[in-house]
Amino acid sequence: MTSMKRRIFLKGSLATGAVGIAVSTGLLTPRVSLAAWSKAAFEAKDVNGAVSALFNTSDMASSDKISIKAPDIAENGAVVPVSVTTSIDGVSSISLLADKNATPLTAEFTLGPGTEGYVSTRIKMGKTANVIAVVKAGDKLYSAQKEVKVTIGGCGG
Amino acid sequence: MKKLLTAMILLGLLGSFTLSAQATPQQDLAEFRDYFKNRFPKTPFNDYINGVYSIDAASREQWEEIEEFPPYELSISKGEELFNKPFANGKGYADCFPNGGIGIAARYPFFDSKSGKVITLESAINTCRQSNGEEPLGWQKGAIADVSAYMHYTSRGNIINVQVPNDPAALAAYERGKNHFYAKRGQLNMACADCHVYNSGNKIRADLLSPALGHVTHFPVYRSKWGGMGTLHRRYGGCNKQVRAKPYPAQSDEYRSLEYFTSYMSNGLESNGPGARK
Amino acid sequence: MASIKMRAKITDGVTTIKALVSHPMDTGLMKDKKTGETIPAHFIQEVVCKHKDTTVMTANWGAAISKNPYLSFKFAGAAAGDTVSLSWADNKGEKDSAEVTIK
Repeated sequence: MTSMKRRIFLKGSLATGAVGIAVSTGLLTPRVSLAAWSKAAFEAKDVNGAVSALFNTSDMASSDKISIKAPDIAENGAVVPVSVTTSIDGVSSISLLADKNATPLTAEFTLGPGTEGYVSTRIKMGKTANVIAVVKAGDKLYSAQKEVKVTIGGCGG
Repeated sequence: MKKLLTAMILLGLLGSFTLSAQATPQQDLAEFRDYFKNRFPKTPFNDYINGVYSIDAASREQWEEIEEFPPYELSISKGEELFNKPFANGKGYADCFPNGGIGIAARYPFFDSKSGKVITLESAINTCRQSNGEEPLGWQKGAIADVSAYMHYTSRGNIINVQVPNDPAALAAYERGKNHFYAKRGQLNMACADCHVYNSGNKIRADLLSPALGHVTHFPVYRSKWGGMGTLHRRYGGCNKQVRAKPYPAQSDEYRSLEYFTSYMSNGLESNGPGARK
Repeated sequence: MASIKMRAKITDGVTTIKALVSHPMDTGLMKDKKTGETIPAHFIQEVVCKHKDTTVMTANWGAAISKNPYLSFKFAGAAAGDTVSLSWADNKGEKDSAEVTIK
């Protein structure tokens, strides 16, 4: 069973200490500059507003070269696994939005030159909404979306 | 709500399976397994350790995504640190448990004839602390869940083999747990069995009800709902509250008995804690 | 360092990074059940991953990324034995970082 193998594998990796080693000297720590964090984008109350704040345009072309892997019905809206894969060439950024969240933008990933058009994370969704992936390649924006249903559980929430 | 309640009651009445009050634990176990075998003929026995994911492909896929790098790994690491840190008196958890506490979680719970109590892993953790001059940990979450998570992680794959010895006190504890499981309680007047036996595999609003067979194997559990790790007794309390019943305190005799019964019903299955659930 | 768990695996020249970070990712919209006080926003805003001199990925996050966030991405140009580093900074100015060796 793949799940059992995966779990036993985990046991091995923890035992051999393959997990991260601390970076103790400040010299090696990548400089994290928060100047790039866009308050306007993360506080925008609609998708176009967020995209404009990020990229100075909300012109997006629908693309079938972007695939979003997300559940049809989220088990729990607090932890929705989402992966975006795109075969568009020259991708420099992938953004993830949930259009019914009060502030739709959840994340923007700026990709380095050798980095593939793929990101995976887990997001919070307040209610049933479209998960929208916005891909920037060159100076053009492309998008795709997938509906994810968020329900109220029966066991008292 | 009334419609749902009526449906539940009707279904409860139609459910023809109840463990006989006169049966031995072994007979109970055989009947329990048979019931689920008939209810979910396609589910292999050991897959019940995966709860609702053994009977629903869509939620299984999400669970497997999360299992790629499950949040409980953070808890296991914390638990390992806590487990290895010596007490003020120089001793450690390893001194309290057989095999230094490694790979032994599936031996719990067990009935201790001397004290007349069901000993759970969490209770043993705190007994260890107190007998070494340390303050006991809270029962439901935090450090105790982390230590338990680590200890269970080292025990993954071990087969659950709870014994009910030929001791009237042990049998009484087992029966008390069994009664709790089948008794209706709370304003919603529902028993554990109503959801997890008679309606296992059915939906309650948007939730799919997990089968009671294998229920305890994956504890302690990281629940998305909790945003953290919690113990089995934390979950029992939550379930009691969900049917609007007053919960018992964690590690009370009532919940220890319930753990005793439900763990016995999971005999033969692999221990696979800690787990991730919604 | 204690907040980041990371794995780096290389297959056919492509390194896959998977990271799990211990962080509350509080949105600032929830109330403490016991005190009734609003729990202030406390979330990771930026994550940077570097391989040698290249910034492989910079992520800008909002509070809608799940608690104890997970992240995975892939890049080319590294080799087994290379070091990859990941660091994060949150809205309170807290930071952490970790390194992992590509297997």
